Amino acid sequence: MNPDSQSTSARQRRIRQDPWPVRWGLILLAVAIVALLIVVPVINVFAGALAHGLETYWDNLVADPATRHAILLTLSVVPAAVALNLVFGVAAAWAITRFHFPGRSLLVTLIDLPFAVSPVVAGLVFVLIFGLQGYLGPWLREHDIKILFAWPGLVLVTAFVTFPFIARELIPVMEALGPDEEMAAVSLGANGWQTFWRVTLPNVKWGLLYGIILCNARAMGEFGAVYVVSGRITGQTDTIPLRVEKLFQEYNTPGSFAVASVLTLLALATLGIKVAVERKVHSSKALALADRGDRP
Amino acid sequence: MSSANRRVLPGFYLSLSYTLVYLSILVLIPLAACFTKAASLSFDQFWSAVWTERARSAYALTFGASLLAAGINVALGLLIAWVLVRYEFPLKRLLDSLIDLPFALPTAVAGLVYSSLYVRNGWLGQFLVPLGIEAAYSRLAIVLVLTFIGLPFVVRTVQPVLEEFDPEVEEAAAALGASRWESFRKIVLPALYPALVTGFALAFARGLGEYGSVVFVSGNMPLKTEIAPVLVVARLEEFAYAEATAIAVVLLLISFAMLIVINFLERWSRQYES
Repeated sequence: MNPDSQSTSARQRRIRQDPWPVRWGLILLAVAIVALLIVVPVINVFAGALAHGLETYWDNLVADPATRHAILLTLSVVPAAVALNLVFGVAAAWAITRFHFPGRSLLVTLIDLPFAVSPVVAGLVFVLIFGLQGYLGPWLREHDIKILFAWPGLVLVTAFVTFPFIARELIPVMEALGPDEEMAAVSLGANGWQTFWRVTLPNVKWGLLYGIILCNARAMGEFGAVYVVSGRITGQTDTIPLRVEKLFQEYNTPGSFAVASVLTLLALATLGIKVAVERKVHSSKALALADRGDRP
Repeated sequence: MSSANRRVLPGFYLSLSYTLVYLSILVLIPLAACFTKAASLSFDQFWSAVWTERARSAYALTFGASLLAAGINVALGLLIAWVLVRYEFPLKRLLDSLIDLPFALPTAVAGLVYSSLYVRNGWLGQFLVPLGIEAAYSRLAIVLVLTFIGLPFVVRTVQPVLEEFDPEVEEAAAALGASRWESFRKIVLPALYPALVTGFALAFARGLGEYGSVVFVSGNMPLKTEIAPVLVVARLEEFAYAEATAIAVVLLLISFAMLIVINFLERWSRQYES
């Protein structure tokens, strides 16, 4: 760097630098807002959960069979919903980023649709279809298939609510990568699956993981939609967030906070992984752009 | 490129048809079912379900609280994004990653903790309630928890635009004699408008549909602190499916309108950038 440009950048910095009272005033204000809105509530969750000691906390988590069942239910519903959206996300990203077809931008908009729908309404539409008075209700009853108030219903609404996450993360990453490497693989004789597993997947793995993490976090925490379709049968269709609400309604505040603390830990872990993966996604996107000769 | 791709790369019909089938089964057909159910009502039935006094006050509260919260989010989001982009300070990275917590934290947990923080014997309520500020089981509680839920939206839309902002523009303004405040108001802020409006719309749309957190903090009193999604659930629990559906259709139409507006805004801000 020559002295000329050094003085320019110093001047730039001086011009864009606010006087220190403004600077520190704004920083403190921002920190205070985040502390009040985010940090204090998080600490409060753990304080509430541990208010009666570690032993009570542990009992609240594992001694209650209904809570144990809720944890197991969430652990079986969430992976199923995430897996459904994972297959969809990959298929949608492949179709949208590798081919042009009429209605492509409409399709991209439609993928976002579930984000705009209130979770309660999402639950309601499935009640209208699978409920006893619903369109398929009588037929399901005849054949003794349980969807509503049971595991399949929970998976369906959870998949609905988290529908866009993986596709939305994957599409920009695959767009940035471009089809060149895949075309090369195919022209060298690879078949479709080989191309996907050996070329596409290694390139997009971080973007994909990022989408899975976001989808997973949202699926774990889903409340409104599950509330409507689960029937809230204690020990049968209560997921972890529903269990939090039920304990709260039963005035078992420490129990409710104990279960909430598990969800909070998961949220904090999600944030941690997200930060780590985000860096990888950025660097892989930048690499892809650099490879193609564009500026990152 | 497109037709060439289709000849070279495999899987076009497989991936597109899977996408369309899954989208239809999970999203489009269920939403259409909601509309056909509502269409089976006569106009009078529909109107008497969606335009009761209780429903009107629920819409007004849902709209008012979401608007107010999204407005607060614009101010807070601009401040936080500015601080994160322009200043260096200890633990900045931690602050940056904490902003996303409302995205990651289940809404039920947010509702639970916000309802306990602001009651009379809560951590913050013990100071606020004696001052007459009831931030639990009130309309204020709804605005507060929606502000929490929507906080990341404005920060995350403004932050990248501010990062890309060309420093030479501000330099030129300073060289021409503008003060810092003038150059912020007349140069930087206008460039942020599209991002601010987009963030506002996203936070507003999220607030309109929010249920999990509000149901904990609001107390859910009809005509007072009952929001529209809570009313839908209340009708469902009375097995009044038709009425629940009618109100749900109103909410759906509003969501679709918001989706179109947000799409338009995002296109607008992209134009602005280039």
